Amino acid sequence: MSYKIPTFRHPNLPKNDLGYTTKDYEGAVSTLCAGCGHDSISAAIIEACFEMSIEPHRVAKLSGIGCSSKTPTYFLGNSHGFNSVHGRMPSVATGANMANRNLLYIGVSGDGDTASIGMGQFVHAVRRNVNMVYICENNGVYGLTKGQDSATTDLGSTSKKGEPNPLEPIDLCSIALQLGATFVANSFSGDKHQLIPIIQAAIAHRGFAFINVISPCVTFNNVPGSTKAYDYIRQHMASTNTVDYVPHAEEITTDYPEGTSENVTMHDGSVISLHKLDTEHDVHSRRSALTMIKDYKAQDKVLTGILFMDEQSKDIHEIMNTTTTPLRNLGISELCPGTEQLEAINELHR
Amino acid sequence: MKPTDTNDPEYFHKVVDCQYACPAHTPVPEYIRLIAAGKYSEAYMVNWESNVFPGILGRTCDRPCEPACRRGRIEEKPVAICRLKRVCADKKEDIKNLLPEIPKEKNGFKLAIIGAGPSALTVARDLMPMGYEIDLFEATDKAGGFMRQQIPSFRLPEKVIDEETGYILDMGVNAHFNTRVESMKELLSKNYDAVFVGTGAPTGRQLKLPGFEQDQGKSIQVGVEWLAQVAFGHVTETPKDVIVIGGGNTAMDCCRTALRLGAKNVKVLLRTPISAMVASPWEIEDTLAEGIPILENHNPLEYIVEDGVLKAMKFELIEYSISEDGREVFTPTGQFETIDCSLVLLAIGQANAFPWIERDLGIEFNKVGLAVVDDVTFQSTLPKVFFGGDAAFGPKNIITAVAQGHQAAISIDLFLQGKELEVRPDPSTNLLSQKMSIHDWSYASMVTEERRHLVPHVDMEEAINSHTLEVELGFDAPTALGEAERCLNCDVETVFTADKCIECDACIDICPVDCLNFSTNGEEADLRRNLHIPALNLAQPIFVSEHLQTGRVMVKDEDVCLHCGLCAERCPTSAWDMHKFLYISPKAYTSNQPKA
Repeated sequence: MSYKIPTFRHPNLPKNDLGYTTKDYEGAVSTLCAGCGHDSISAAIIEACFEMSIEPHRVAKLSGIGCSSKTPTYFLGNSHGFNSVHGRMPSVATGANMANRNLLYIGVSGDGDTASIGMGQFVHAVRRNVNMVYICENNGVYGLTKGQDSATTDLGSTSKKGEPNPLEPIDLCSIALQLGATFVANSFSGDKHQLIPIIQAAIAHRGFAFINVISPCVTFNNVPGSTKAYDYIRQHMASTNTVDYVPHAEEITTDYPEGTSENVTMHDGSVISLHKLDTEHDVHSRRSALTMIKDYKAQDKVLTGILFMDEQSKDIHEIMNTTTTPLRNLGISELCPGTEQLEAINELHR
Repeated sequence: MKPTDTNDPEYFHKVVDCQYACPAHTPVPEYIRLIAAGKYSEAYMVNWESNVFPGILGRTCDRPCEPACRRGRIEEKPVAICRLKRVCADKKEDIKNLLPEIPKEKNGFKLAIIGAGPSALTVARDLMPMGYEIDLFEATDKAGGFMRQQIPSFRLPEKVIDEETGYILDMGVNAHFNTRVESMKELLSKNYDAVFVGTGAPTGRQLKLPGFEQDQGKSIQVGVEWLAQVAFGHVTETPKDVIVIGGGNTAMDCCRTALRLGAKNVKVLLRTPISAMVASPWEIEDTLAEGIPILENHNPLEYIVEDGVLKAMKFELIEYSISEDGREVFTPTGQFETIDCSLVLLAIGQANAFPWIERDLGIEFNKVGLAVVDDVTFQSTLPKVFFGGDAAFGPKNIITAVAQGHQAAISIDLFLQGKELEVRPDPSTNLLSQKMSIHDWSYASMVTEERRHLVPHVDMEEAINSHTLEVELGFDAPTALGEAERCLNCDVETVFTADKCIECDACIDICPVDCLNFSTNGEEADLRRNLHIPALNLAQPIFVSEHLQTGRVMVKDEDVCLHCGLCAERCPTSAWDMHKFLYISPKAYTSNQPKA
């Protein structure tokens, strides 16, 4: 088995504004099973960061435990990384974000890591609106422990050699919406055309950006009875919209019939150009998003695309009025102003 | 685009760039793998089957394979294919027992081969194992032709020529050395069943004026020969004053080459006016543009040689006219001119290379004095007479002569079996999966980053004191291994089975050189343009699969594929697999062929 990828790349590989090629955003060779959806998500993250000319050293990758949580090794090899305890990535991400708001935080988790052991962590990161991209690589199965049903396995879905799942699933997008997430999207690892611009929009979003990516487990959950198999998703996938990410320097060239497209300007000046496939849906309405998810599910459809976004959202730093300077750049007297200051603060509360 | 038909042997053949570029289609990656495995004798035999003279070619080949090598498109330098060929020749064991058996009982046909150069010997090599009886006639006392006469020993030691020509002569060829065939008519009267002419290229004409003998061939040279010497690097400079005699394209080549080699004062002299020159107008323009004077109406009279050193050349000015019956008339004017020179290059036309072939035998000749020969069958207009090598189409190179010899041998065999010569035999091909276990291949799939290795040379002082000491030493075994591993195994093909593909993107994500794409089908030009990295090298094919479940197709740009096998390793359903493709171009006999 190859543990190393040849160093040669296509001589015509394009360069981004920083002069980097996608090679500069790659990581180690994946050790996941061949055909794992997670690898496609890693490739989508690489492409998204490359296209946005993000400096690799300005990115922190965070993860917990699971197949999904191994993947930060396989992308952005020149970025910072933290592989935390099972389900505890949101705490670490929150802490890191509080300490240094200048980095781009990409959290990668899975359905076990997010919807079971880390559920208590996940919900608080959402409601705090931590400024980060949170990608849940959702395959509906515990792949690392040989294929048990997870908390997101659909009712009646069967994995390889499994019984139909008797329990109701947790819908992570719905939960995120209910908890006040300011950016919620659903996507599929097998559709990079959709996934890459969604990741770019999530990076451009200020606040907690949640992307649930259905990512088939080829080894344990890519069977005819599974609702998270490649074939099932391809046959049942529906989209609210198609997404184009347009950096602020570029002119918007998409041309759709009137009333079907919407350009959302992000706080950094970039534009998310949405082409509505379902004209009923309002991407700025939390209620509409929740209804849509239910309605499509009732028709046995998996709704993908950007479900909800609030580009005006205030992230945790704004809400709590924290310092704009990363803590490492503050001096000792600012970090620890001394007993007199403490006394003064305490006095205010007596 | 229609789905690519990979069952067409030419599709994968074209992907093996080196083999495709080789006139004899030597299975290069196959023998390079054998060298890497230390199986030098087997590697030698793979070569010997295809190109007959691995030791000679490993030193002197024009190497069309190397500019074609895929490695040159992904890093700076191609694999040192030619030098690896020499390694297997240098390091092989005794291979005599691996040579084809020669039937004791002959098949009843008797052939005459004229010449003992690469094409002639190839014909003998291919037909001796089939039971033909062969009489070979060679004007000099040894076999090798151009390889022995024109390539200096410091590049190609005699013992290598002796060995490799010996393998063929020892098959029982009735070789008649020091026997110049003076009359084709006489030869044909001896009732040979077929005759092969491999007598080499015709050369340029000499101009034997007074003073010619005193020069002793030092400074008065035939232009085409001098150009060949330059091409081979034997001549690298010229004296200051150079005269070129002649008005054709060769004359233009000579004067412009002389200028590049340091001549300060080059002149072209012709007997005719410039308006009557036979050189192409653009060649004359380019020559004049480089500031080389063309002096017209100068009739050469004498070489002025003092103490054996060429000093000048004497001309008489003439008046040129065309007589009423269309003949050129040169009228002396009594004016003379002497022009200083230290080198004279003669470009006054080709000597007749075939004075010994009577023109009434049914062998037609063309305007330039070459026999009219079919470029596929190598048959002349007299059905039983075949031509090959430089005798057929003028000067090329050794490997081309070998390839032509193979074709001529096939033709002779078909001819004597009474079959149609135009129906050429098919190549033999073999496609075999290299899968050993789930992620393991039977070839070294890793792509090394090693750069091209240089061949060691003997000490310069020693080298320039001898014209027989071989300058290049050849690779030692560790260097050969390092160089062999640079080969990308372009003959291990990515084979795609559309109905196994689940479109998971794994191959696309892992491919280091982004040559794989899922795409909606379209016209080739659109497909090429719309790939993730556009397929702009039109010399390289693109592969298009059958339709997949989503209606898309898999498109692969073959251009810079590393044949690393990662697509197949990362494919969960084995829709991609690595298959070794062995392409053996047809030859008259088929024993000892390597197996895939």
